[in-house]
Amino acid sequence: MAGASNIFCRDCLTLTAPVRPRCPACGSPRVLSHPERDRLSIAHVDCDAFYATIEKRDAPELRDKPVIVGGGKRGVVSTACYIARTYGVRSAMPMFKALQACPHAVVIKPDMEKYARVGREVRRMMLELTPLVEPLSIDEAFLDLTGTERLHKASPAITLARFAQRVEKELGITISVGLSVNKFLAKIASDLDKPRGFSIIGEAGVDSFLAGKPVSIIHGIGAATQERLARAGLRTIDDIRARDPGEIVALVGKDGLRLHRLAHGIDTRKVDPVRETKSISAETTFNHDIRDVETLTPILWRLTEKLSFRLKKAGFAGRSVTLKLKTADFRTRTRSRSGFPPTQLARRLFDIAAPMLASECDGTAFRLIGIGASDLCDAALADTGDLADTESVRLARMERAVDNLRERFGKAAVVRGIGFAADAMRPADKKDDSRR
Amino acid sequence: MKVTVERAALLKSLGHVHRVVERRNTIPILSNVLLRAESGMLHLKATDLDLEVTEALAADVEMGGATTVPAHVLYDIVRKLPDGSQVSLETGGDTSQMLIRSGRSRFSLQALPESDFPDIAAGEMPHRFSLPAGELKRLIDKTQFAISTEETRYYLNGIYLHTIESNGMPVLRAVATDGHRLARVETAAPEGSAGMPGVIVPRKAVAEVQKLLEDADAQVSVELSPSKIRLSIGSVVLTSKLIDGTFPDYQRVIPTGNDKHLVVERASFAAAVDRVSTISSERGRAVKLALADGRLTLSVTNPDSGSATEELEVDYEAEPLDIGFNARYLLDITAQLDGDTALFKLADPGSPTLIQDREGASALYVLMPMRV
Repeated sequence: MAGASNIFCRDCLTLTAPVRPRCPACGSPRVLSHPERDRLSIAHVDCDAFYATIEKRDAPELRDKPVIVGGGKRGVVSTACYIARTYGVRSAMPMFKALQACPHAVVIKPDMEKYARVGREVRRMMLELTPLVEPLSIDEAFLDLTGTERLHKASPAITLARFAQRVEKELGITISVGLSVNKFLAKIASDLDKPRGFSIIGEAGVDSFLAGKPVSIIHGIGAATQERLARAGLRTIDDIRARDPGEIVALVGKDGLRLHRLAHGIDTRKVDPVRETKSISAETTFNHDIRDVETLTPILWRLTEKLSFRLKKAGFAGRSVTLKLKTADFRTRTRSRSGFPPTQLARRLFDIAAPMLASECDGTAFRLIGIGASDLCDAALADTGDLADTESVRLARMERAVDNLRERFGKAAVVRGIGFAADAMRPADKKDDSRR
Repeated sequence: MKVTVERAALLKSLGHVHRVVERRNTIPILSNVLLRAESGMLHLKATDLDLEVTEALAADVEMGGATTVPAHVLYDIVRKLPDGSQVSLETGGDTSQMLIRSGRSRFSLQALPESDFPDIAAGEMPHRFSLPAGELKRLIDKTQFAISTEETRYYLNGIYLHTIESNGMPVLRAVATDGHRLARVETAAPEGSAGMPGVIVPRKAVAEVQKLLEDADAQVSVELSPSKIRLSIGSVVLTSKLIDGTFPDYQRVIPTGNDKHLVVERASFAAAVDRVSTISSERGRAVKLALADGRLTLSVTNPDSGSATEELEVDYEAEPLDIGFNARYLLDITAQLDGDTALFKLADPGSPTLIQDREGASALYVLMPMRV
C-alpha cells in the first residue's frame, strides 16, 4: 500500500499521488502523507478554542474579532479565540491582564450548558466511530480505532478525517486530530498544527520527532519537575534519554520511570472509556473578595448542596471532605477531614466543612471557595447510621424528599434558611464543574 | 530557689507529670515543667492547656522560689542519675538558667520565668465525690477501647460519665462508643455524685488517669464543674477540660428485644476468632458466625489469601442464624469480659448484638454487625 494510496486530501478525501503539494481534485494544500498512516489507530481529538468557537458560530459578526470567554471582571479566561491569542491572551489568565493585552476583545460570559450540549454531541459522534472513547474533558478525548477498518470501510486516518469534516459541517466547530502509536504521542500530535490540524507521528519517526524537544512537551511535567530537571542539566528529551532510568527516578521520584519511558516514546496506557471518578467537587469565584465567615457560610451551604446533588446523581459517597479557599493574592488553601462514615448528604458534608471554614476565617480576604468529596465509595454504603448516629437515616430520607420536590418544581422549590444570604453574592463565573 | 530532693522521689513524680507535655510545641513554655519550692515541699506542674497534672513531694528547701525548665530533658537527666543519689535544683541571680547538681554531675538548663506558665483556671467545682481507685480503674479499663478517634464527631472522643438510675439503684455509669461498638459499665453511685452533670472526659485525660491508677489503691476524689474535671490520686492532682458537646442518646441503640441467646466458652471462642482471622484482609476483617443446633461455625473468606473455618460447641437453641462481625472488635470485647462464658443476644444479621458476661452483668457491650 505504498505510493498514491498513502496520501489523501484533508478536505475532499481524494487519494493523491506522492509529492503533490496540492490536492489535484479540489486544489487544497492540506494533503496528508505518512508511510504509517494506515497502521496507526490511537487518536487524540481536541476541539479548537472550544467555547470561543461556539460563541463565534452563534454570532457570525464576531468571526473577525478577538473573543474571550470567561467570568466578569474578576474571573479568569476560560477560552480565548485564535485572534485573541495573537495578542498574548491565554486560558487561565486573570481577566484584567487579558484585557490589558487585548483591550478591544469581546468578552462573553460562559454558557456552560450550551458548551456541554455541543460537547455531548461531539462525544456521541465519537462513539459512532469506536466504543473506546476516553474523555479527558468536555472538549477532548482519546479514541482507539484499532480494528474498525472493516466497520468504517476505511483506515483510522480516513475515518478521523471524515469525522473532522462531519463535526465541522454538523456542529459548526473545528477540531484537531493527532494520530499515533500511543496516547502520549497522539496528544502531542493533536497540538502540532492547531487549529483544524491533523498530525501523524509514526513509530519510525518517534525518535527523530522527540529529539531536541523541551521536556515540557511531556504532558504532566509541571513547573516544579521542570525546574528540578533543569537544575540537573536536563532540558530536552535527549537529555533524559541519555540518562539511566534510575538517575531520573532519583531526581523526580517514582514518576521518573514513566518520564524516562515517555522520553523514548513508550506509553503502554490503554484508552480507557470508564475512567474512575476520584473526587467530586463544586467551587465558585466571588465578584468581590470576602473575609467574613457570616457571608462565606451561606455560600458554602449552596456549594455543599450542589456537591451533594452531584454525589447522589453519580451514585457515590465521600469518606473525605476537602475545603478549598483561594486568597485575594491567589494562594490556595485546602483543608481536609476524613475518618467519618461515608456520606452523600448535604447536611453532613456541611457539618464537616463549616468548622474548617470557620477556623480559616482569620480576616484573610478570599476570592474563591470550593468543597469536594474524595475517597469515594458506593452510595449503598452511605448514611446507614451507627450506634452513635441515629439521625443520618432520617436525614437521608428527608433530603431524598426535598430532592424529589426540587426535581418536580425546580431548584428554588425548597431552600434551607441558611442559603438565603447566598443570593446576595451571586458567583462571578460558573467555573465550578469539576470531576476528576 | 534552692532545693534538694531524693532522686527516686523526683523521678517518680516527674514520671507522672512529664507525660502530659507534648513532644512538639509551638509555644515554648508548654514544653516546660513548673517547679516551685516552698515550706518543705517541691511542687511540679505540667500542662498542654487542656490537661494539667500537679504533684508535690517532700524536699529540703533551702530557699523558696519557682522556675520552669524543659520537662522531657529534666526527666531524662533525673532518670540517668545513679540510684539513691540526692539531686539539688538551684536558680541563682541569673533566672534564665537552672543548675542541677547530683554527685559529680552538673547540668545547666535554660529556664523560663514561672509567671509565663499557663494555668487552667479551674474555677468553682461544685460537685465532689470519691470512689475506690479500683472501681474507677474498672470503669476506664472496660470502656476505653471503644473511644472514637474520629475528628468530625469530637463528642465521641472520650468517656461519657454520668449518674443514672439502673434497676432502682443509683449508679455511676461510663459509656464510650465509636459508632461500631459501644461499651457501658457502671458502679454503685458514690455518695455525693447524684446530681452531677453528665460529662465527656477526653481520651488523653482518660489515658493519664489510667496510668496514675496503676499503683493506687486508695480513694480517688473527683471534683466536677460543667466544663472541667479534677481527680486527686494520692499526691497527684489531674485537672482536665471536658469535651464541650452532647453525647448521643446511647440508650436508644442498646437492643432490648434480642431473643436469640448464644452462650460461648469465652477463652476458646476468643482463641478461635483470633485463629480464623489470621487470613482476613487489613481493611475488612469480617468473621462470619454461622449458628445452628448448638454449633457455631466461624469462617473467614479472603479472596486474596484463602479461607478458614473453625467449629465450636455452644449453647444455642434459637433458629439458625448467619451474622458477621469485625474480628478485631469481637476480640476487644471478649478481652474485657470477666467470666468464663460470654452471653450474646442476637436479633438478625443487620441489627446490633448485645454482649455480656451473663444476664444482668454491670458491663454491657453492643456491636454492629458487618455484611458478610
